[in-house]
Amino acid sequence: MEKVLLKNIENPNSADVNEYKKAGGYSSLSKALGLERKAIIEEVKKAGLRGRGGAGFPVAMKWTFASADPKFPKYLLCNADEGEPGTFKDRPILEKNPHLLIEGMAISGHALGAEFGYIYLRGEYPEAKNILNRAIKQAYDSGLLGDNILGKGIKFHLAVHQGAGAYICGEETALIESLEGDKGQPRIKPPFPVNVGVFAKPTVVNNVETLSNLPHIIEIGGDAYSKIGSPECPGPKLYCVSGHIEKPGVYELPMGTTLREIIYTHCGGIKGGKKLKAVIPGGATTPILPPDKIDCPMDFVNMPKHGSMLGSGAVIVMDESVCLVKVCYRILKFLEHESCGKCTPCREGTGWLRNILERLESGKGADGDIDLMLSVSGNMMGKTFCPLGDGAASVVQNFLKHFRPEFEEHIKDGKCKFK
Amino acid sequence: MLSEAAIKELEELRQKYPNARAALLPAIYIAQREFGWASPDAYEAVSEALGVPKAIARGVGTFYAMYKHKPMGRNIVQLCTNVSCMILGAEKLVDFLKNKYGLEPGGITPDGRFSMVIMECIGACGTAPAMLVNDDFYENLTEKSLEEILGKYK
Ligand SMILES: Cc1cc2nc3c(=O)[nH]c(=O)nc-3n(C[C@H](O)[C@H](O)[C@H](O)COP(=O)(O)O)c2cc1C
Ligand code: SF4
Ligand code: FES
Repeated sequence: MEKVLLKNIENPNSADVNEYKKAGGYSSLSKALGLERKAIIEEVKKAGLRGRGGAGFPVAMKWTFASADPKFPKYLLCNADEGEPGTFKDRPILEKNPHLLIEGMAISGHALGAEFGYIYLRGEYPEAKNILNRAIKQAYDSGLLGDNILGKGIKFHLAVHQGAGAYICGEETALIESLEGDKGQPRIKPPFPVNVGVFAKPTVVNNVETLSNLPHIIEIGGDAYSKIGSPECPGPKLYCVSGHIEKPGVYELPMGTTLREIIYTHCGGIKGGKKLKAVIPGGATTPILPPDKIDCPMDFVNMPKHGSMLGSGAVIVMDESVCLVKVCYRILKFLEHESCGKCTPCREGTGWLRNILERLESGKGADGDIDLMLSVSGNMMGKTFCPLGDGAASVVQNFLKHFRPEFEEHIKDGKCKFK
Repeated sequence: MLSEAAIKELEELRQKYPNARAALLPAIYIAQREFGWASPDAYEAVSEALGVPKAIARGVGTFYAMYKHKPMGRNIVQLCTNVSCMILGAEKLVDFLKNKYGLEPGGITPDGRFSMVIMECIGACGTAPAMLVNDDFYENLTEKSLEEILGKYK
């Protein structure tokens, strides 16, 4: 497949506006500024583009809602919080291909009638911050951002807003709170951000990778784009693969490539030729899969049919040396730390689950502990304010669904045999 | 008090937003840099500069992990121990820091040279284990490379 998102990143000056232009960059923006807003949204609809931040929501639908709202100004927010453990797919775009994102945002801004955009960048990416700020300045100096883009009388302003180390700020309403200068705690919906978002104005939040698809959609048209990858969920997709794998890294492949192909065809298989024990396919909070369940097409439509989720496309590969009780404990420790504290089932439940897992791992598990975990997670599922709490419950439930004997063994033996 | 340069930086930042409150997070970053940590004086300065009540500035600031609410060492070792890093040996590095430098998670060396913070995935999982020292990424860490890298920070 021809590279779209990671195009030219081998060029050491790929982040420079002139290099980007030389490779055809910003021609889609020029084309888009000559199109009616509705026509751009129509192309995105034909393209079948779904959000790449984790939920896979159809982009054109979100945009149509925001466009229909009569309030102005409208805002476009780029979610560059990339905090789901295992995820490092947006980083190469931010650091190596910032103009692709800027061009995508300017096109999207025009389509939405949004005059202001912010890139909400996680605090842990200091290098990306400098690169983005430099690229934005270049874009202003070249008339690609500002009050009169390319002399076409269209306005779009863009700035970077740096987060400060809170995973929950990746959730779009928490992100909005944080951008407004508040604690990152999710808001109740409705009203949805498309109507009442940042500064109480219609707001679209899209992921870095999502917005970076726009130049290509405008270039080749929605119909041609929809032929890339899965018919139900088209486009190129960034998969970031880590753990016990021969060739870890970020891979741009057609959406719907199977997990097996990603691991064995593209990434060279399990590190050192060892045996595969388990894979977390879409970031730490997506359901874990055993080795016999990896023939699943990695897209938003098919993964749920195979017992997991595409999430952020963060594939974490684990060989037989790994203790899954410990991995489960580590994920719950993370979620306990990142729970924003707004609702009780998540604030308390994550702590309870972490506590039980910690005692199992240290050999102090008690007989009823597995049932207790199932009971606690059952009391969280569907009862939390935002998906973080559900995610925590689902992690525990899925580890137990596929690997319960390993948890039982920890209790029976009173120790972890992997230590 | 913020330095003149910091006040100017803050004024420029303020222009990016429709109101002063939205500049709160970046303002705390600036104050933290000026005061060395997010101290009561730092919040006082932020509150004054933006016209945001001190209780609110502090209430918001303490929600976020990257504002440091105690004095820090000259260099901050930020080591990731989340899943991808953990299964590739990050915990050995935690032990190594403890044994070799007396550096514990959340702790500081007596000479003030290093502080250490455990991180929750820093987006370098493909080159795990990984850390940030101040603003610099270091990846594919081993005990040996960790020692060499830290040697560069005085
Ligand atoms: C706890 C939590 C964390 C999230 N973190 C991120 C993130 O780091 N990056 C991201 O793009 N979306 C994240 N999301 C999803 C966003 O809420 C939102 O769906 C997304 O930014 C929408 O953009 P998209 O439609 O382009 O995917 C997170 C959601 C939840 C519940
Ligand atoms: S589920 Fe957790 S993170 Fe989400 S609002 Fe409730 S406490 Fe906060
Ligand atoms: S898990 Fe350590 S950098 Fe992602």
